[in-house]
Amino acid sequence: MVRMKRVLLWAAGLMLWAGLLGGGSVAWADGAAATAGQPSVAGLHVPGARNEQDLPWASDGEANVPYVFHDPAHEGRMTGFEYDLMQALAPRLGRQGRFVQNGWDGLIPGLGRDLYALVIDGIEMTPEHKEAVLFSRPYYVTVDRIVLRKSETGLESVAALKGHVVGTIKSTAAERLLLDHDPANVRSYDEETNLFSDLKNGRLDAILIDEPIALYYCSDDLKLVGLPIGRVAYGIAFAKDNPGLRDAVDAALGALMSDGTLHQILARWNLWTPQMADYTGDHSVSSTQPTAWTGYRQTMERMSGSGLQAMVQRYSSFLPLIARGALMTLAVSALAMVLAVAFGLVLALARAYGLAPLRWVAGVYVEVVRGTPLLIQVLFIFYGLPAFGVKLSPFAAGVLALGLNYAAYEAENYRAGLLSVPRGQMEAAIALNMTHRQALRLVIVPQAFRTVVPVMTNDFIALLKDSSLVSVITLTELSQTYIRLSSTYYDYIGTGLLVALAYLLVGLPFVRLARMAEKRMGRVVSKGHH
Amino acid sequence: MLKASNIVKSFSGNEILRGISLEVERGELISIIGPSGCGKSTFLRCLNFLEHPDAGDVQVENVKLASHGAWRRADEAQAHRLRSHVGMVFQSFNLFPHRTVLENVMLAPMQVKGLEEGKAHKIACELLEKVGLSAVKGRYPDRLSGGQQQRAAIARALAMKPSVMLYDEPTSALDPELSEEVLSVMRALDAEGMTQLVVTHDMRFARAASDRVLFMEAGQIVESGDPDVIFANPREAGTRRFLRTLL
Repeated sequence: MVRMKRVLLWAAGLMLWAGLLGGGSVAWADGAAATAGQPSVAGLHVPGARNEQDLPWASDGEANVPYVFHDPAHEGRMTGFEYDLMQALAPRLGRQGRFVQNGWDGLIPGLGRDLYALVIDGIEMTPEHKEAVLFSRPYYVTVDRIVLRKSETGLESVAALKGHVVGTIKSTAAERLLLDHDPANVRSYDEETNLFSDLKNGRLDAILIDEPIALYYCSDDLKLVGLPIGRVAYGIAFAKDNPGLRDAVDAALGALMSDGTLHQILARWNLWTPQMADYTGDHSVSSTQPTAWTGYRQTMERMSGSGLQAMVQRYSSFLPLIARGALMTLAVSALAMVLAVAFGLVLALARAYGLAPLRWVAGVYVEVVRGTPLLIQVLFIFYGLPAFGVKLSPFAAGVLALGLNYAAYEAENYRAGLLSVPRGQMEAAIALNMTHRQALRLVIVPQAFRTVVPVMTNDFIALLKDSSLVSVITLTELSQTYIRLSSTYYDYIGTGLLVALAYLLVGLPFVRLARMAEKRMGRVVSKGHH
Repeated sequence: MLKASNIVKSFSGNEILRGISLEVERGELISIIGPSGCGKSTFLRCLNFLEHPDAGDVQVENVKLASHGAWRRADEAQAHRLRSHVGMVFQSFNLFPHRTVLENVMLAPMQVKGLEEGKAHKIACELLEKVGLSAVKGRYPDRLSGGQQQRAAIARALAMKPSVMLYDEPTSALDPELSEEVLSVMRALDAEGMTQLVVTHDMRFARAASDRVLFMEAGQIVESGDPDVIFANPREAGTRRFLRTLL
């Protein structure tokens, strides 16, 4: 399939899934109760459904042309042949499809979390994948194709590719084929954009890839050559224990095939293949024009042009998306910062003045959190905690993960601040008959805070940037917006500058705020100047 | 009004105080002198349990606190009662740098005694007037001279209305002129009848202002009595040795 980034994630998803089934049957009970109250048309169990009409389905709509992607002509609207398929399929189940964006790595774990009922994202029906999920019957059958630079000749079969550097996407049938054939010269990529730009700039001699991708990413300076190679089948993925929904979808798919709807959709995207004809037994010639295909090509030609008008049009269409991403980045960072500052102080006080067990716990917390990658913590909180019955929204999980992580750093920061307050301050407070707690609150902590603020400023700038990690749990913030836009339009520089500018604009208030706080507390020193 | 009995204190095996007893009359000004490391500061700090003595007991007014090894919650409460009668002034002033002079003086009365702001403000202003700092009460401590800071620290301690004041080398960090500002405040307090214990290296002050001088050496009070007698005619060899080194 298309973008098999990390096989590991599948394994992780599987494990979490198993954990959920073992310990967290509550989630299922909820779903069952919901459907039991008012049985739906087919009595289906539809995880993540908001009501009886809802069919939430997930895909990674970032740069996933032509499967599910943001329509370049109308940013903010989704399109793609899988998108159209789902729009047609859901009504057959008596429901309305609702697209849920999730990063590729989170798609399968999300099934285990009941975030949505199914995943459709060009997932190849390989034996390894069948271990992790339940598959529908194939909804699309295609082949692999060789793509070359226009000037290249002769490399028109897998045999001819021997000795040449060939690129493909990780964990695909194409990759396995190449590895069997000439392992030393295979270059595997996470996603399509880099793959194709490396072919253009000469790092690769050829690409072997699923035909839909080959068609849609093949620009004027490239060409498709040779005969179709192999057979690739995509299936819709379900949670392992939901054969009911799978069967219903299979039936609906069958209907879409026999009444020609699927043929029509694929023809519109210029993706109907002889393999599909053989698979469905539908050998008719569709009168449907490839409108989606030509529309996409035209839009891309217009938008990715380098003329001033094209650029203005392109960048102004980005602005709402970038603004939305910036808002998300700001919201997550600001809330995480509040959490980090508050919880960090608690940790520092526990470490500096708590009883032995408390001191120990706080110490272990700080070391563990600082000693493990933030990415793992984010994934653990979002995908891991549900196994213990704690289900957080992506936003809450993002804020919590960032806040708890930075609290550990702030704790150490505070600790240094607390230690920097002279011992005489505590003695003077005690001699004035304050309790230990009063002394901390009124005398020690305010002074510690003052020395801590400059370091905090830096930490918050870092936090702002680290907030890009929450994109792995479906939050579309600035970095995610950048990846999506730049890889849709192959425009890394212009988009990069825009997003960098957005980061700066978001970061400036933080810096200002910190300076103000610093000044306010610094006033302690400077006030009283004549 | 203050009575310390048999105070013993060791730091990591070194016996710093070897059973010191002292009785102080109301209104007395007592100077404690002696070579560095003789334990005079430690003794002073044991009197308000800033340092917990290993053994012995302290009574101020009607509050008595005995030391018996482990420190308990009940002891903390008793220490709290005891400290309500005792003010303390440090060599390094230890004013709170994040608060103005006025706030330094108002803080404890409001937070510890629960005094309302208006009342605390009135008391603080009177005390700052008394130590000659009315003009600078809005400033932060690091904008004051050392002498001004120490006078502010005295006002801060007085705001809690103690019946005895402890001074731990109050003028050691100050130039002679600035010392004089502080010492004159202490003399004025003495004239008002305040009970004061001063650990000091200022022999002129000890001799001229004290009602009684204690000479400490190696964790014990070696000699005590009328300042003129001690300075002019010390009885003990240790006292003589110490006073000779000062000349």
